[in-house]
Amino acid sequence: MNLLQDAVRYLNDPFNWTRTNGIFDLLAQHLRISVIAVLVAMVIGIPVGALLGHTGRGGGFTVALSNVSRAIPTLALLTVFAVTPIGFGPRATTIALAVFAIPPVLTNTYVGFRGVDRDVVEAARAMGMNERQVLLRAELPLAAPLLMTGVRTAAVQVVATATLAALVAGGGLGRIITLGFRQLDYGAVLAGAILVALLAVATELLLAAVSWLVTPGPKRLRVGRVRTRPTDAGAVPVTP
Amino acid sequence: MLSAASDAVLAADAAPNPWFDPSYVADNWDTILSYLGEHVRLTVAAVVLGALLALPLALIARRSRWLAAGVLGVSTLIYTIPSLAMFAFLFPVTGLSQTTVLIGLVLYSLVVLVRNFLAGLQSVPADVRESARGMGYGPVRLFWQVELPLALPSFMAGIRVATVSTVALVTVGVIVGHGGLGQLITGGFNANFYRAEIVTGAVGCVLLALVADLLLAGAERALTPWARQARS
Repeated sequence: MNLLQDAVRYLNDPFNWTRTNGIFDLLAQHLRISVIAVLVAMVIGIPVGALLGHTGRGGGFTVALSNVSRAIPTLALLTVFAVTPIGFGPRATTIALAVFAIPPVLTNTYVGFRGVDRDVVEAARAMGMNERQVLLRAELPLAAPLLMTGVRTAAVQVVATATLAALVAGGGLGRIITLGFRQLDYGAVLAGAILVALLAVATELLLAAVSWLVTPGPKRLRVGRVRTRPTDAGAVPVTP
Repeated sequence: MLSAASDAVLAADAAPNPWFDPSYVADNWDTILSYLGEHVRLTVAAVVLGALLALPLALIARRSRWLAAGVLGVSTLIYTIPSLAMFAFLFPVTGLSQTTVLIGLVLYSLVVLVRNFLAGLQSVPADVRESARGMGYGPVRLFWQVELPLALPSFMAGIRVATVSTVALVTVGVIVGHGGLGQLITGGFNANFYRAEIVTGAVGCVLLALVADLLLAGAERALTPWARQARS
């Protein structure tokens, strides 16, 4: 196909990678925005989710939070932040993405801590652990797999959504797509789409590996095993 | 008409830019309504087509664990592709049309729908299915009269989640000029950050998602009268 050739030609041109605002620049922007957004979401989401799960309160709150966040279009929040005094640019994008990354992290952390066997908590208390130790040394390792699922969901969603920043004059790899549409250079559009899709899949794989590494206990490869629980508890990411 | 005072205000670049302006809504009612119509049409079509595709996929996936892993794996992979990239991939084939947006939305809705449909079908107790078969139910009657009613809560949960996320996702269609209310969001942004237009679009999306969710919750209640009786 002609367009595919154009896309390959675009990607094959070293100048497209190295120039100012070339692929490397945009990739760096994209990653910086995404990493900061995910870290902010983790700093807020993990402690709150852990405390709610530990005390067993706020289940309705987490479900409501993930439902409401699903109804708000990312594009809307990106645009609204851009017209507030925050101004458009990386900061508005990062804040908007962090807001959307909090629900998956928080919900999964909550479910992870909530799901820890009560007997384990009792045993930990009986061994003389204080609340802090119970939380950090008994519950945290057991909740780690689900917690990491939340972080992974959030990270993939953030990397994917950071593309939308380009629609409101933000940076990131989405710029190649929007610029291509504006300049009627559809080879570049396709090239940008390929790059963004690859980045999202790479993020997913990388974080799957990380979560496998931080999961305590005997390690099994979980490739091909898919859980089929219903997704109304907010396990599915919002708008990608 | 213009007094010296308002000239001064304009010169200071402090033209009023309210967050919400009823007169904007009143003046542009027809435009808003047509975008709302497009938004609703795209959402309904995407969820209906998604459900029609997801049901056979879930029925196939139920047959073996390998098929289930394959179907769910592929739909999850599709879900990973960023929406802007998805529309860019589809664009060379379908052009700047509603079809481009629709195909993307259907593909995204599949991940939620197939998962929930499969979970619903798997939640039907084996002995219930067994006794229905023993009573002489064929596969079609078994599905319609036994499995579907029992799996309905899970089905409806999937449809509700898919509908709400589809409403939000339609906005990304602005890239090919068919983003429903999303057109107002980017339109206002491009019209020198006209807040009233942006907020109207954004609030419209959230309200639409809310209304759709409530309607589906009502439909679920109406479709499963036995659940209500059991609870009271």
